Amino acid sequence: MSRVRALVGTRKGAFVLTSDGKREAWDVSGPHFAGWEIYHLKGSPADPDRLYASQSSGWFGQLIQRSDDGGATWRPMGNEFTYDGVPGTHQWYDGTPHPWEFKRVWHLEPSLADPDTVYAGVEDAALFRTTDGGQTWHELSGLRGHGSGPNWSPGAGGMCLHTILQDPANPDRLSIAISAAGAFRSADAGQTWQPINRGLKSEYIPDPDAEVGHCVHRIALHPSRPDTLFMQKHWDVMRSDDAGENWHEISGDLPSDFGFPIDVHAHEPDTVYVVPITSDREHFPPEGKLRVYRSRTGGNEWEALTKGLPQQDCYVNVLRDAMAVDALDPCGVYFGTTGGQVYASADGGDSWNAIVRDLPGVMSVEVQLLP
Amino acid sequence: MIRVILPPNLRELAEVDYEVDLDLEGPATQRTVLDVLEARYPVLRGTIRDHVTHERRPLLRFYACREDLSHEPPDAVLPEPVASGVEPLFIVGAIAGG
Repeated sequence: MSRVRALVGTRKGAFVLTSDGKREAWDVSGPHFAGWEIYHLKGSPADPDRLYASQSSGWFGQLIQRSDDGGATWRPMGNEFTYDGVPGTHQWYDGTPHPWEFKRVWHLEPSLADPDTVYAGVEDAALFRTTDGGQTWHELSGLRGHGSGPNWSPGAGGMCLHTILQDPANPDRLSIAISAAGAFRSADAGQTWQPINRGLKSEYIPDPDAEVGHCVHRIALHPSRPDTLFMQKHWDVMRSDDAGENWHEISGDLPSDFGFPIDVHAHEPDTVYVVPITSDREHFPPEGKLRVYRSRTGGNEWEALTKGLPQQDCYVNVLRDAMAVDALDPCGVYFGTTGGQVYASADGGDSWNAIVRDLPGVMSVEVQLLP
Repeated sequence: MIRVILPPNLRELAEVDYEVDLDLEGPATQRTVLDVLEARYPVLRGTIRDHVTHERRPLLRFYACREDLSHEPPDAVLPEPVASGVEPLFIVGAIAGG
């Protein structure tokens, strides 16, 4: 029977959770890197025991950790993220020019094919890549040099590149998202980029239909249908069926279309999950009820999934990188909260259990299927 | 010999005990001490000062002989008791939190 490994990044360390295919009993290992913020950790699809973790601290800066044995042991790798050339400026919160400054790695995306190649999305927004297993990192500066860079500005959490999507059918195609610049796509393995934000509408920027400036919170795709993208924006849940060329809203009957994570069922490309929160100023579930919403129709029609989730007095949030699915049948769905719970469903979201309940605030959840 | 005391996070990272002893040639300054420290423990590169500019990270401080040396120029000579190993150089995380 397959095993499942959940990789959980928190405000105060990393945790590795393992279970058999039933996904009922879980072993918890950690905290790894106790006391450090672990924005994200993720395993290589090409070698599941090769893990990478982003370890950071306001005091001591950025570290990258790597494990070659599934998280049992770790070693620090290269941590120099230097922007290519003269960094220039982007817009600050008040609209004034502000120098590009590296702060941290938000997201690590290992290559689908090569365990030594990893993409890193960083704050201030840029895309880096290693091809030597994390020893050295080099910026793919065509993104920041796209031309619109001086007009990008930070969201409340910082100007972060938080989503990196690889097209399984075309290794040269990458899509990324930045808060608050929007989504961009490359057709040449990250050398050049174009914004893909047509159809997004954001009332909180001077031109609601602008080419860039949208606060995209998360994008997800199903590997079998990489031209279909699902997006959770600052407000609005969106869908594109042409790889981001055009977007349309699919918020439909959600109780709120504000949220952070979005993910797609492992076996049903039109089954999508979101976790609505009340608003941009109230980052907690509507009515204090923690509800995952599932659409089986690719959007617009949503059902509340509540079984096993707290339905009163719940005021946690689920951050953008804190939701994942596994590829077992039935599909497992996982999410972590700012209150330190990690909830799992072994039946596609019909019912939920807290597989661990009192961790530090959860920043990221990834799941691996192991032989 | 220069004695350096790292904050706990960096001790764990470098896998060292409370105090690190460094042999230094030439004048003892913040720069020369950190150069030797980072050469011996490369994992500390970027955690105390910037990789490129070598500026001290904003939330770290350098104390010695009951004085705050954080704002001294990096090439200023450290106090004689530090240079002679009588007193340690403390690298401290700034107080933050409740």
